[in-house]
Amino acid sequence: MWGTGVLKGMAVTIKNFFDTYTSKNGIFTVEYPEKRLPEKERFRNFPILVYDEKPEELRCVACDICAKECPPKCITIVKAKDAQGKPLKQPEVFDIDFTVCMNCGICEETCPFDAIYMDHEFELAEYDRMDALIYKKERLSRPWTHFEKIRPTDAKEINERRAKDATKTAAAVKPAPPQASNQQT
Amino acid sequence: MIQLEEVKAELEKSLGVQTELSGSGLLVPKSRLLDVFKFLKENAKYQMDYISNLCAVDYLKQSQIEIVYHLYSMRNKTGPIGIKVRTDRQDCIVPSATPLFRGAEFQEREAFDLYGVKFEGHTDLRRILMWDGFEGFPMRKDYVHEDEDRYVEHP
Amino acid sequence: MTNTIETQTRPSLSTQQLEVSIGPQHPSTHGVFRMNVVLDGETIVKLKPVMGYLHRNHEQLAENMSWLGSMPYTDRLDYFCSMTNNIAYALAVEKLMGIDVPERAQYIRVIMAELTRLVNHTALVGFLLNDLGAFFTPVLYAFREREKILDLFESVAGSRMMCNYMRFGGVKLDLPDGFVDCAKAIVDNYPPFLEEMERLLTKNEILMARCQNVGILLKDLAVNASVTGPVLRASGVNYDIRKIDKYGIYDRFDFKVPLGTVGDVYDRYYVRILEMRESLKILRQAFKELSAGPVISQKGLIAAKSPRNMKVPAGDAYGRIEAPKGELGFYIVSEGGTKPYRYHVRAPSFINLTILEDMCLGHKVADAIIILGSIDIVLGEVDR
Repeated sequence: MWGTGVLKGMAVTIKNFFDTYTSKNGIFTVEYPEKRLPEKERFRNFPILVYDEKPEELRCVACDICAKECPPKCITIVKAKDAQGKPLKQPEVFDIDFTVCMNCGICEETCPFDAIYMDHEFELAEYDRMDALIYKKERLSRPWTHFEKIRPTDAKEINERRAKDATKTAAAVKPAPPQASNQQT
Repeated sequence: MIQLEEVKAELEKSLGVQTELSGSGLLVPKSRLLDVFKFLKENAKYQMDYISNLCAVDYLKQSQIEIVYHLYSMRNKTGPIGIKVRTDRQDCIVPSATPLFRGAEFQEREAFDLYGVKFEGHTDLRRILMWDGFEGFPMRKDYVHEDEDRYVEHP
Repeated sequence: MTNTIETQTRPSLSTQQLEVSIGPQHPSTHGVFRMNVVLDGETIVKLKPVMGYLHRNHEQLAENMSWLGSMPYTDRLDYFCSMTNNIAYALAVEKLMGIDVPERAQYIRVIMAELTRLVNHTALVGFLLNDLGAFFTPVLYAFREREKILDLFESVAGSRMMCNYMRFGGVKLDLPDGFVDCAKAIVDNYPPFLEEMERLLTKNEILMARCQNVGILLKDLAVNASVTGPVLRASGVNYDIRKIDKYGIYDRFDFKVPLGTVGDVYDRYYVRILEMRESLKILRQAFKELSAGPVISQKGLIAAKSPRNMKVPAGDAYGRIEAPKGELGFYIVSEGGTKPYRYHVRAPSFINLTILEDMCLGHKVADAIIILGSIDIVLGEVDR
């Protein structure tokens, strides 16, 4: 009979309508600002720079690898210099242009010093289009504990590897060189 | 799987076309391109009735532009084989494959748009991806890029 | 009175053709796409697609970047199926480099590709109904299912749509704990959803009246015009690269290639529904056979750690896969350097548009909309 297909279809929509009240899986959406979906551990948004203890002592050694690997070239790094003009193993300038960054995570993958990681923070807003969206080193730095909180599995693995590397280099070179060089693999 | 040497020998025997192996394809002289297509399409053994891919490559050093065609046979389920043709960079004219393969229509327009290859016999050779008033061919290796506008202040 | 006026004026009433530009901003064109249409009344007498509004010269961007650098950009080609785009590019480069992909990575690739096919076809069926005028109910049912799979992608690759998951010689990371169970649950819950969708749509008289015998594409013309994917299979041509090339490990899976008979919009819709069922079969088999092991080869791992120094031997290669929209191919020329010399994308939805005019001629405007919808274009891929 003509029309039975339409009626059957209507039955489906009516069932779905009542399911939203009766079934446990009826309402699929989450009322966002009040409720949130659980965060996936591997979720990646914009990059952050991690430090171990003091915010001034970033793990980053300004090697410029991430800036060169970055496909849209959104990272600008300038090496810091001491009073004599000798380059130090830390960045003077570390800017990430958030208007250009496309959250691909290649910086994280290529960093040999475990210094740059992708953050989970996604609720970002600025009042200015040009300058405020170029994030400086101070705004990018996060403690290592923050990373341990958002990505516990990865953090555990990285901690173990770093501890192993540190003992290895300490055993090989005595006395142990300060800071950055013991992170080199 | 079709061996390129076999196709080469077959083309030489039946059409008298001298071809040479080049990378993953056969380099065919420009003047005999359509004959080769027609032969491959109509020959009972090959029946290459389907053009899978068409693209241009700019060889700046040799001052040539190469058009690469990938032909495939829907009937025999064999292929794809690459057919290449080279043309001069300045005077860039290649016979169009559209009379034989409708599928080449948009791809030839794209090659014209980005590389400036003129396909003789194409009925509607216009720009397709760039806008109509655009000058130059952006995919050519000597195309001068605009400056990077990363930190340009907008008023 | 009126009668006499009508009889007097009728012979001199002349009709003229009307030129209408549908798009670029139009809800039914699936993005910024324009159709310049010449109409006689409501019948289409001429149609010219206009595109390029999203053109960003993806190919040239890739030519100025390291080999891996353009991997995230391939996500943005067909943003519904970023996983398959990644696979196609990785496949072409692997062909040129001659590196192997470990067993587990191959299975992961198959799982991701088939999940992507589910995502794409589900969403497309919803959008096709949107074009038909069933406003947003089927789309939301479809998106409900799609969302679950996107959550899976997020747990694996870190991003729902821009996955950037494949690497040359394998995949970026191993599957997280509990992934297989989640994915199995989704696969098991899919057939009831498909049945519901079919109950809603397949035998619906309105859908049949609107879709059957509309936009018929004959076999020979379809082959001649290089149409690929479900559109070609709906016309009855058995062409599925998974079966023909058997790239990766597709020779190990047992699945059928559903074919249409008429080649109209209805067939294209139904072929996609059937394809989803075949994808589910492949997925079930893949979950069963998935074994432990490395997910990326040693050579690939070194390349992924330092993409800037990765060199690809000189030569050219054409890698192609069966993407949900059709044959997605990457033609790559290397001169032995760290950047591709030439990088060309054979985008299925771009080439499928070649035949749009022929399919639409003689139909009404409303039919042109659903014919376009049934081709399944994504403008990120059309314009590149």
